[in-house]
Amino acid sequence: MMGNQACAEGVIAAGCGFAAGYPITPASEVFNALAKQLPKAGGTLLQTEDEISAVCTAVGASWAGLKSFTVTSGPGISLMQENIGLAVATETPLVIVDVQRLGPSTGVPSIGMAGDMVQVARGSHGDYQIIALCPESPQEMFDMTVQAFNLAEEYRVPVFVMAEGFVGHMRERVVIPDESEIRLVYRKITQGGEPLTRRDFLDPEVASMPVFGRGLKTHVTSSCHDEYGMRNLSDPDVMHRYIMTPIQKILSKRDRIVEIEADYEGAKLVLISYGVVSRASRQAAAMARAEGLKVGTLRLKTAWPFPDKEVRAAAESADFILVLENNTGQMYPYIKAESAHACKVGFLGPQVLGQIHDPQYILAKIREIMK
Amino acid sequence: MSEKTHPLRKYMRPQVKKTTFCPGCGAGIITQALLRAIDELGLTMDDFVFVSGIGCSAWIPSPLLNADTLHTTHGRPIAYASGVKMGLPDKHVVVVSGDGDLSAIGGNHLIHAARRNIDMTVILVNNGIYGMTGGQTAPTTPYGLTTITSPYGNAEQEFDISALVVAAGGSYVARWTTYHPRQMTKSIKKAIQKKGFAMIEAITQCPMQFGRVSKQGSAVNMLKNYKQNGIRIEKAAKMDPSELQGKIVEGVFVDCDKPELISSVAALQRRTGGKE
Repeated sequence: MMGNQACAEGVIAAGCGFAAGYPITPASEVFNALAKQLPKAGGTLLQTEDEISAVCTAVGASWAGLKSFTVTSGPGISLMQENIGLAVATETPLVIVDVQRLGPSTGVPSIGMAGDMVQVARGSHGDYQIIALCPESPQEMFDMTVQAFNLAEEYRVPVFVMAEGFVGHMRERVVIPDESEIRLVYRKITQGGEPLTRRDFLDPEVASMPVFGRGLKTHVTSSCHDEYGMRNLSDPDVMHRYIMTPIQKILSKRDRIVEIEADYEGAKLVLISYGVVSRASRQAAAMARAEGLKVGTLRLKTAWPFPDKEVRAAAESADFILVLENNTGQMYPYIKAESAHACKVGFLGPQVLGQIHDPQYILAKIREIMK
Repeated sequence: MSEKTHPLRKYMRPQVKKTTFCPGCGAGIITQALLRAIDELGLTMDDFVFVSGIGCSAWIPSPLLNADTLHTTHGRPIAYASGVKMGLPDKHVVVVSGDGDLSAIGGNHLIHAARRNIDMTVILVNNGIYGMTGGQTAPTTPYGLTTITSPYGNAEQEFDISALVVAAGGSYVARWTTYHPRQMTKSIKKAIQKKGFAMIEAITQCPMQFGRVSKQGSAVNMLKNYKQNGIRIEKAAKMDPSELQGKIVEGVFVDCDKPELISSVAALQRRTGGKE
């Protein structure tokens, strides 16, 4: 099954109620599949006039109480940024799949590159935290899409699935578990109470969501607001909490959110990667080990919140960290910041940008470092 | 002495004691027209979700109205409202926002919502200027008017928003000035009841910014101007375009019934077996 199709299957399996989208390569197959499958599953969708509208309608539908979804690629994410900020500020559960492509600008639509790794976390103005997952296979396109819905519903936050075009268009065997075996999370919903007595926002432990249409008379604003959702543009303490609490909400739960794959026991050199590069990284490490070189791998399944502790642990156990990314080094400064105190750190992009790392090419670099 | 309460106060959040509007602003008249319409229709605030964007008039529903309200980013309330309506098809979704918000930065959402004919009421508050930010030229600012950003006179032609929404496919489109609150109320009632995209273009005075730059001065003068220059669409239809220079054509521009998005989506779901 194609990765993008697996993603659509994940959307259905997660119980999505509303999907919005605008055609864009290499992400289109996800929305194409949903157009066929979601109405049959009881959901609705809207092909919007642009990606700005896609993210806005998805946020609106989320406030109407539905699990909401949109899918796009880099240019679409660029257009969505301002309203991704609204989703963060209003603590709206939302899943955004980004099937990334070569940029900048219109770039090459059909070539996958991890070009949006930082912009999804830092691209909207202001300070905030989101959650971003990095699938390496069509199977994970399914698994992580379901997981993204669960995280969004649990933490009232936009969650990104950072696929690369290569994973979106990759065809592999995908196992879709029986419905009963898939764990699904649903947001806590506020049950009654007067608006002024309800603390529906800014709770580090995640407030219940006062969704519309239930007589709750909910006040939602993307402007600075207090725990009751009421606008406040004058109290510095409220401003502080408006920024810090949604950040703390994610960072204080980071141990429950962050997932990695570590295989570097006894290794002198650790290859750190995420997404599709992890496959080449594992293979290169296996080839190096066969030559007797002490090489391990660390795969970041979660990119945001940033796995700082996990990177630090790897750095403190090794002599060298080699960061492999399908770009010119977007996560590299973050990884370096957590590892340069303990070991040497280097970066290796693809041999030619737009191509996937060749394991032989990685191996040559490993040999050079460990000479 | 017993304290008197405005009969429409019950529709407002009890903790909101004042509005953000300048003295003489027309937003109060439009708020009254909206609340009277809801009152006269016998609906409650729980039947509604209000969505607004950025600008003075976006503060009409939020935080004032005691209902579910969503105050969004600049230009996007119709897009947010479309999502709300998709999720809550049985609620009346009402967007209240300004001409800059809905026809400049958000113009694309306006025309596509009208084209889809999604069941929604938009009250587009048109004061012909960017008020909140200090009196800059808007797409609705008359040609030649001097503003903060057109200090030598506005070189651009102004938008006829009602004509735009009629052309885009709206089911109900009406324009009234704040000098005609009763007609406005009647049109809002029609718009709420209309199964389809409905827009009321509420022409309103902004004495602080528009009144200052246009030399029309106070709210009273601006309302007098609406009285003198307002002309019914039926009458305007028989007049030569040259005679309509400087006039404000008012009335119901379109009132028709055609396939509506939410109903079509529900029918599609029934056809595919996704809904009983």
